[in-house]
Amino acid sequence: MMESLLKLDNINTHIGQYHILQGVHFEAKEGEVSVLLGRNGAGKTTTLKTIIGLTPATAGSVTFLNQDITKKPTYDIANLGIGYVPEDQGVFADLTVEENIKVAMRKENDESKEKLEYVLNLFPDLKKFWKKAGGNLSGGQKQMLAMARAFVNDSKLLLIDEPSKGLAPIVIEKVMEAIVEMKKQTSIVLVEQNFYMASKIGDTFTLIDDGRTVRHGEMKELIEDDELKHKYLGIG
Amino acid sequence: MDLIFSLIINGLATGMLIFLLASGLTLIFGLMHVLNFAHGGLFVWGAYAGVFSYAYSGSFIVGIIVAILTGLVFGFITEKLIITPVYGNLVQQILITLGFMLVLQEMIKVVFGPNVVAVKVPELLAGSWQLGDIIIIKYRIFIIFFGFIIFGLFHYMLTRTKIGLVVRAGVMNSEMVQALGINIKRIFLVVFMTGSALAALAGVLFAPYSGAIYAELGMEFAIMAFIVVVIGGMGSFQGSLFAAILVGLAGSFMAYYVPYLSLAVNMIIMVVVLIFRPQGLFTTAKG
Repeated sequence: MMESLLKLDNINTHIGQYHILQGVHFEAKEGEVSVLLGRNGAGKTTTLKTIIGLTPATAGSVTFLNQDITKKPTYDIANLGIGYVPEDQGVFADLTVEENIKVAMRKENDESKEKLEYVLNLFPDLKKFWKKAGGNLSGGQKQMLAMARAFVNDSKLLLIDEPSKGLAPIVIEKVMEAIVEMKKQTSIVLVEQNFYMASKIGDTFTLIDDGRTVRHGEMKELIEDDELKHKYLGIG
Repeated sequence: MDLIFSLIINGLATGMLIFLLASGLTLIFGLMHVLNFAHGGLFVWGAYAGVFSYAYSGSFIVGIIVAILTGLVFGFITEKLIITPVYGNLVQQILITLGFMLVLQEMIKVVFGPNVVAVKVPELLAGSWQLGDIIIIKYRIFIIFFGFIIFGLFHYMLTRTKIGLVVRAGVMNSEMVQALGINIKRIFLVVFMTGSALAALAGVLFAPYSGAIYAELGMEFAIMAFIVVVIGGMGSFQGSLFAAILVGLAGSFMAYYVPYLSLAVNMIIMVVVLIFRPQGLFTTAKG
């Protein structure tokens, strides 16, 4: 039985006057890729932002490694070992690939150098464009840089928001391969609209609709349940 | 030719002083999205604290050090007491920093007196060099030289050190910087204090340049610095240098050739830039 890494219990989140999350329950286990699914505007991105503390929960609790992180500031949460790859990738456009990675690296020792080497082998394009400004990279390269930046520290959990968005199919395949490789070293919570990608790499799924968790289970259950896919994802 | 050369030296010296004031302002705005109208107050406090300690000690270097320390301390107090409660609210920021600017200005009168204070150029930097028909005033060369050294130092810091990279990254996307495990509020404080120290440094260097200082000086210079920040691009350090030199040179040449336009020229440049490049000449885009 795998250990619980992250647990969201009855999460409610407001953004300004809007009540976006109204009861999200969710659990991610060690070594798994947990996929958050749902229609546009269902609250998937807000769920990730709530975990990392960018839009803190107004009620409910977020527990990471048995520690309550609900009210912690974002930088504290990140330092506990959660890496975040936002939907827009958040690449620092005027900084080079090297500088983007340097900003992210918390330590500079032999261990971190080894990790950097591993990450650059995982994303060889980054090595090629090492001195190129982040803003001049292609969409796929930006995605890889954002994932490398989140992964270069010893993250125990990666939150990745829609990595396939706007990418060509061949690039999506590359991103998928990288996520599968990263899974060997870390756990992943993935928000993904592309059901093909989600079903290929996800171990578990959580369906979110109108800011609430409506179903949680093994990915294979969802793959076989056409009615559920049709009702909440508009496919199948 | 000698006239042109003199106008260039004047323009560069004025530009460098504006650059020192504007560079702090642009970093503060770029990183923290704070419109700090109190910045001019720190300029004038730097001028007074520096000039009085220069007069007391007899050393201009002591004056510069005291001005920088004054900027750091006032920057710390301003960020903690005035700015922190109004992060994210632009209207409140404008009102409270404008109010604080007036408080700083009036405090000058209480502490140093309401009269205009005459300031002499330090002995070592007084006088001029004569190159044929060209007279070069030493203190102006000193300001230009000093300005470029400060630019070089900060350029190095921003491009070659980790904290510099974090500041530049924060200007582009402060949320992402936090998500990488960096306490952005601590960076805000460091940047605010540094920006304030630069404003105070500009103040103490300006004093012997103009020959006299008075409490209302801060507001006059702050407006010029805001114009430079808009022209250069909010958040851009290089943009501030370029725009400050542009404004300095334009002011210097206009004052000689078309004097009635000399005050308007900065506004004209700003309007032209805003029409054709509203984000400023040098910009930092979000990633």
